[in-house]
Amino acid sequence: MHQVFQLLGYFQDYQLTWSFFLDQLVAGLTLGSVYGLIAIGYSMVYGILKLLNFAHGEVFMIGSYIGYFVLTAFGGAADPDLPYALVIALMFAAAMLGAGTLGVVIERFAYRPLREKRASRIAPLISALGVSFCLQQLAVIFFGSAPKQYDSFAIDGGSLFTRVSIGPFEIQYMQIFVIVLTVILMLGLTIFVARTQVGRAMRATSFDLEAASMMGINVDRVIVVTFLIGSALAGAAGVMNGLIFQNVDPYVGFQVGLIAFAAAVIGGIGSIPGAMLGGLAIGLGRALSVGFVSSAYQDVIVFAILIGFLLLRPSGIFGVPAPSKV
Amino acid sequence: MSESTNGSSVLLRLEGVNTFYGQMHILQDTNLSVAEGELVCLLGGNASGKSTTLKTVLGIVRPRSGTVTFADEDITSRSTSYRIRKGMAIVPENRRLFGPMTVLENLQMGAYLHGGGEPEDYERVYSLFPLVYERRSQLAGTLSGGEQQMVAMGRALMARPKLMLMDEPSMGLAPILVERSFEIIQQVHQAGVAMLIVEQNANVSLSIADRGYVLSTGRIVLEGKAAELIQNEDLRKAYLGR
Repeated sequence: MHQVFQLLGYFQDYQLTWSFFLDQLVAGLTLGSVYGLIAIGYSMVYGILKLLNFAHGEVFMIGSYIGYFVLTAFGGAADPDLPYALVIALMFAAAMLGAGTLGVVIERFAYRPLREKRASRIAPLISALGVSFCLQQLAVIFFGSAPKQYDSFAIDGGSLFTRVSIGPFEIQYMQIFVIVLTVILMLGLTIFVARTQVGRAMRATSFDLEAASMMGINVDRVIVVTFLIGSALAGAAGVMNGLIFQNVDPYVGFQVGLIAFAAAVIGGIGSIPGAMLGGLAIGLGRALSVGFVSSAYQDVIVFAILIGFLLLRPSGIFGVPAPSKV
Repeated sequence: MSESTNGSSVLLRLEGVNTFYGQMHILQDTNLSVAEGELVCLLGGNASGKSTTLKTVLGIVRPRSGTVTFADEDITSRSTSYRIRKGMAIVPENRRLFGPMTVLENLQMGAYLHGGGEPEDYERVYSLFPLVYERRSQLAGTLSGGEQQMVAMGRALMARPKLMLMDEPSMGLAPILVERSFEIIQQVHQAGVAMLIVEQNANVSLSIADRGYVLSTGRIVLEGKAAELIQNEDLRKAYLGR
């Protein structure tokens, strides 16, 4: 009973106002954007290969480091050699390109050989875990285990975290930027998957890989494109995460990757809109937990909700229930 | 082009093909040919090697020995997409349409190697199957079995095939639809496409075929003109006696 009162005490500590709620909402959407972008990569790869690509979190982490190195290469945020908008654009471009390439390389050397040898489904899973640990430890060796600091830029006399009023919301530049960029990336991906021939081939392959190959679709190429896109989105999410939390360390991929994986499962693994919605749901859940209960309890609450949700709907928001064998 | 026994040129030839799944010897010294514009059916019961034969033709299964020749080229070690580009297409068993995609998108996948197809490819399919045109923006998974059969054939035609492979076209269709389905097959055949049809339903497939082969546990045990096979005592006992 004492603990319940203590929990309620948190409500009194904070000013439980409407604007405080809106702040948490925006923070949740920002965080959810990052989770959603990573979750898409898990979901797309699972949709086609039925593989849980546990190295995906590390691809995100490397993307975040690439953003950091581009930032320092151009003199750091305090005194950038170029206009800040250009520096940020370069950070994203390099991180997406680098992470995308890394994803393709991982597929080529860690997964495809197993596929060609018709290994059991557990083998690529172990291979994925191996790649995940390798990348994490390589990051420790080459970048050090201490966090590298991002910077908050000087923007019009303020910083990335200066707030502007939009309607009832008080939003930081950084939050606007993350949410808008996520919407752009999502729209781009949606159009690509719905309207282009390669996008259609991805959906066909995801639904029935053998039938797709019977149409002459080069399934290996579809898989490469899938890894490229999923990993590039994770790279973008890496830079966003660096801008939000202002740092990157070798373990961020494991932590955030696991949460994003949960987001993909909640959304219905294999579904792209599901992954995005799952990411937003977890982002909002975490932000509201931090705001209204306690930051110490955020993961307890979010994952309790996740378990509860999966008990009610095991296939996730957009997932197709597994067919029962007759 | 090389000449077959009846004078028209041979489009597809399997010579001395042996196929294995692990230790299991599936196809044993299989010889088979389809001439240009010919309609050939391959009969046999369950597990006789019919589907393996089609998969070998399409390159999904690679033979351990023997050769596959298509349009005068040895394609034994060529990829599936190469073979499709050369002029093959398949209507797979159970049709295997892309259920969550529209009918139009399914047709686009059929023409994947032709950049999604030209207007005349669609016109050909729509004039053969007006219903496919009506259903073009519907999800393929929501169609009835007969409609799916037409979409699957249309999808295969989008690849501009010289040879169409059909795996058990009558499977899962109501008897009235089986007849309709074979009428459609005949129609496509008359448009100049050679066909290799794998079937359990010997009666209906022999009735429209030029020639037939009978497979039993991986061996071709009988072959000949369809009109003669349909009279054959052994075959009648095995497949037509029902």
